[in-house]
Amino acid sequence: MAQTYDVIIIGGGVVGSAIARELSRYKLKIAVLEKELDVCTETSGRNSAVLHAGFNNRPGSLMAKFCVEGNLGFDRTARELDIPFKRTGKVVVGFDEEDLAGLKALKDQGDRNGCPDLELIDHNRIKELAPFIDGEFALYSPMTGILNTFIYTIALAENAHQNGVDYFFDREVTSIARTGQSMTGIHRVSPEYEIQTKYGMSPEQNSLSRTPYDHFRSRWVINSAGLNADVIARMLGNSDYTIYPCRGEYFILDRKLAPYLTMPAYPVPNAKAGGLGIHLTPTIDGTILIGPSAEYIDAKDDYASTQSVMDLLIEDGARIFPPLQANSIIRSYTGIRPKLVSKNKGGYADFVIEERNTYPQAVNLIGIESPGLTSSLPIARRVVEMIGQKEDLQSNPDFDPNRKGILCFKDQTRDIQRSLIQSNPNYGEIICRCETVTRAEILAAIRNPLGVATLSGIKVRTRAMMGRCQGGYCQTRITELLMKEKNLQPQDVLYLRNSSNMFTGRVRDI
Amino acid sequence: MTAHDVIIIGGGPAGLAAAIELKRLGVADILILEREKDPGGILRQCIHDGFGLHRFNESLSGPEYAARFIDQAKEMEIECLTNTSVLEITSGKQVTAASPQGMTTYQARAVVLAMGCRERTREAIRIPGSRLAGVYTAGVAQSYLNLKNIMIGRSAVILGSGDIGLIMARRLTLEGAQVKAVFEIQPHANGLPRNIEQCLNDFNIPLFLSHTVTNIKGRNRLEGVTVSQVDDNLRPIPGTEKDYACDTLIISVGLIPENELSEMAGVILDPRTHGPIVDENYQTTVSGIFAAGNVLQVHDLVDFVSLEAERLAMSVAGYLETDTLLSADFSKDSIKTSTKKINKPADFAPAEFIPIEADQSIAFTVPQYVSGQADFILSLRVRHPVRNCQIVLQQGDQIIRSVKLRKAIPAEMIQIPIKSGDLVSREKITAVLEYE
Repeated sequence: MAQTYDVIIIGGGVVGSAIARELSRYKLKIAVLEKELDVCTETSGRNSAVLHAGFNNRPGSLMAKFCVEGNLGFDRTARELDIPFKRTGKVVVGFDEEDLAGLKALKDQGDRNGCPDLELIDHNRIKELAPFIDGEFALYSPMTGILNTFIYTIALAENAHQNGVDYFFDREVTSIARTGQSMTGIHRVSPEYEIQTKYGMSPEQNSLSRTPYDHFRSRWVINSAGLNADVIARMLGNSDYTIYPCRGEYFILDRKLAPYLTMPAYPVPNAKAGGLGIHLTPTIDGTILIGPSAEYIDAKDDYASTQSVMDLLIEDGARIFPPLQANSIIRSYTGIRPKLVSKNKGGYADFVIEERNTYPQAVNLIGIESPGLTSSLPIARRVVEMIGQKEDLQSNPDFDPNRKGILCFKDQTRDIQRSLIQSNPNYGEIICRCETVTRAEILAAIRNPLGVATLSGIKVRTRAMMGRCQGGYCQTRITELLMKEKNLQPQDVLYLRNSSNMFTGRVRDI
Repeated sequence: MTAHDVIIIGGGPAGLAAAIELKRLGVADILILEREKDPGGILRQCIHDGFGLHRFNESLSGPEYAARFIDQAKEMEIECLTNTSVLEITSGKQVTAASPQGMTTYQARAVVLAMGCRERTREAIRIPGSRLAGVYTAGVAQSYLNLKNIMIGRSAVILGSGDIGLIMARRLTLEGAQVKAVFEIQPHANGLPRNIEQCLNDFNIPLFLSHTVTNIKGRNRLEGVTVSQVDDNLRPIPGTEKDYACDTLIISVGLIPENELSEMAGVILDPRTHGPIVDENYQTTVSGIFAAGNVLQVHDLVDFVSLEAERLAMSVAGYLETDTLLSADFSKDSIKTSTKKINKPADFAPAEFIPIEADQSIAFTVPQYVSGQADFILSLRVRHPVRNCQIVLQQGDQIIRSVKLRKAIPAEMIQIPIKSGDLVSREKITAVLEYE
C-alpha cells in the first residue's frame, strides 16, 4: 500500500530540509525521502560552512538575491533553531594590481547585490582584522559568518519533523510515475505522482524505517536531490540538465591553531574555476578548514582524497597561513559540488528552480551549489510561493519555529557545568576527551528525533570523535552505547551509509 | 577547594607506580584521578604476555602487571577516583575534574602528569583515498577485540611495524582473520625484535620495509589498499604500486604523548618527544609539576615506565619537603605558549642548569637539562639502527661517560645511568653516537 502525501521532498540535504521546515508552516502532509541514513550526508555537509554575504554572484541572479536574503535573515534562524552561528566577517585578499581590480569589481558587484558594508581595506587594516593573513589589500565583508552545516541541516529537519513532517531514510527513488490526469484528459484534474523507492537494507534490518513502506503517492514532488537532481528531473520528464560533479578536498586543522585565524580568508576568485579558490576558514567549533580544491570527476560518489591535492593543500596552506605545520592536520574530507556547468565552460550557472506545464506540481531544484547553504531558506520560501500560486495554503496553527539543540557542555561556564552534572550525572562523564563531549550529549544524539543510528550520526551531532585523536579514546565506548541503546549486534553497526559495517560480529560467543 | 599534597593525573602504569612509591616514601596525602572506570591504563587491553621481565623478573600479561600495582595501591589505601576526567590544570597547580559525582577543583602542592599517550591516526600521516569503515588504529582494534568482544574484520593489512601493530597481527590471526602483510615506511622495523619474531615470523606474516599504503579503496567498507615502495626520502616510487584486497587496515604508526592538559598549565614541550621538557627530577618547566611515563616520552617497555615513575616519586617527595627543588623560573620568560617553535630544547635550560644536546644520530634525550646535583638516568633513542656503536657523553673536550653497544635500534630506548660526580663542569653535555 502506498503512503499518500500532499508534498514529497526528494533529498534530505540542507535545501530539502529547509523546504520541509518552511512547508510545515502550512496544513500539508509532507514527507522527505532520503537515500542515505541521515540528513546532510553529501554536499550539504561537505563544504566550507560559511554563511556568504552575496558579493560573489552575478547581479540579478537567483544566487545573488537568495544569498543576500539568506545572509541577512540568519540571526533569527539561528535563534529559532538554537544553532551556533557567528558573524566573523571575511577578507578576500589580493597582492597585485590585477587582484585589486578584481576586488574592486567584487565590491561593485556586492554593492549592486545589496551586501551591506563592503569595504576595500589596506595592508594595515588586514593586519588589524586578521593578523596572520598576508595581503596588500582586501575586500572586507563584515556580514559573512560561519556555522556548523550538519547542525544547521539537522536543526531544520528536526524542526520540520516536530511540526509533522515524516522522514524516510534509506529510500532511494527509482521511478516516478504520473497518474490522475490521463483518465479524463482534463488538465484541471489534479495530477498525482507515484514514487517507487528501494531500500539498501531490508525493513527488518533497518532501524531507521519506522514503517516498511517503499511506495509513495503525492500531489507535489519537490526534487532537491543535489548531486542526483538531474537523475530525478529525468524521472519528472525534464532531461535538459546535467550535473557535473566537481570535487573539493579539505584539511581540518587542530584547534590549537584557532587563535591565529579570526575570520575566513579567501584569494581573489578566478572566474573560470569551479570554486572560490583554496581558502582558510575558522569553524564555529574552533578548528580551521583549509581547502577546497576544484576537480571535475566522473562519479558523483567518489569522495576519495588524492595525494596530489593533499600535497597542494599543504604547500598552498603554509604559504598563505604560516602557522600551518604538517602535524597540525587532524583530518581530511572532500565534498562534491553539483555543478551545472562543465569543466570546459567553467564558472557558475544560476540556480534552477522550475515547474513545467508538462509536469505540473513537480518542482526541480537543480545546480544548487555554493551559495546553496546560505540560500537554503530563501530557496525554500520560493518553493512555498510556487505551491501557493497553485493552491490555497492554510497556516498550520500548531507550527512552532523553535527547536532545541543538544546542549554543548564544553561551551558552558564552570558554574553551569557544575549544576548540569548535579541535575544529570551523565554530564559528569566525559566520553570524548579531545572535544569534551559528555555521556549526556552522546545519549541525546543517539536518541535523536529523526531516529538516525549511525556512528557518523552521533559524530556530527556532538563532535565526539572529531578531535585530534579521531576517536582513538572514545569510539569504542560510543559504539558500546549505540549498541546498547539501539539494541544492535556488532555486525549491524554502521559508520555512515549502507554497507559501511564497522564490525563482522563477536570475537567469541559468550 | 580540596587540597592534596600530590595529585596524579592518570591511573595507568606511571601514575600507579608514582603513587605507590610516594606513599612508601612517607607522602600520605595522594590523589589519583583516572578517567576510565578502572585503573590500569592501556595495560587493561594488553592481554598478551611479556610484561614485567625487568621489573618483576617474570613474564606477565598486561592486566596481571597492572594488578600488582592496583592491589598494592589498594592495600596502601591510596585514593584513586575513577570515571573522573581532568578538565583543566593551572600553573598554580589547581586541578579541575568532572565525574558523575560532580565537578571539583583541587589545590595540589605537586602535580604528577601521567596521562600516557595516544595513537597517530591515518589522518595524521595523510593517506589518500576514501574515509570509510574498516580502518582502525592498532590500539582501537585491540580495545574492540580484547575489551568489547567485537571482531573488526576478516582480512587485514597492517601499516607500521610499531609494537601494537605487531601484537594485533598475531591477535587477529589467532581469531581467524587473515593478516596479509605488515608494511613499514622506514627501512628498519619500529617494533621490538622479539615482537617481530613472535608475532610475525611465527605466523608467516611478511614484513615489507620501505613500503607504505598510498591509497585506501572502497566506498563504504574497506575493499583494499594500494601499497607502494618508498625512496630514501620516504616518498612513494611511481610504478611500484601493488593492490591488496582486505576489509581491514590497521594503522600502527606511532604514539604521541597526550599533553593538552600539560599545555594548559603552561608546561613547555619538546617537539622531538612531544612530551614536557624536564630536568633530572622529572620536573617540567612549571615548578611543582612533574611528568613520567608515556606522557613524557614514548617508552618501549612498561617496566621502564614504572621505574621512571618511581624515580619521579623520589623527586616529588624531595620537593614536598621544602616546596621547592631547584627549578627554572619560566614565569619571567617571554615564551609563554608552546605554539612557539622550539628548535633546540637545550636552549631553554635556564642559567643554573646544564643543557644536554644530542647529535644528529640521536633522536632526543630525556632529561633535556640537569642541575648537576643529583644522579640521573639519561634516556635516548637512536634515529637509525647501528651496530658496534658507542654513545659518548662529553662536556667540552672531556668525555664524562661512554657506553659501548653491540647494536642500537630506534625501537629500543637506551638508558644510561649518570652520577652527579661524573660531571666535570657546568658546560653543556653533548651526547654523540659513534659507529662504524
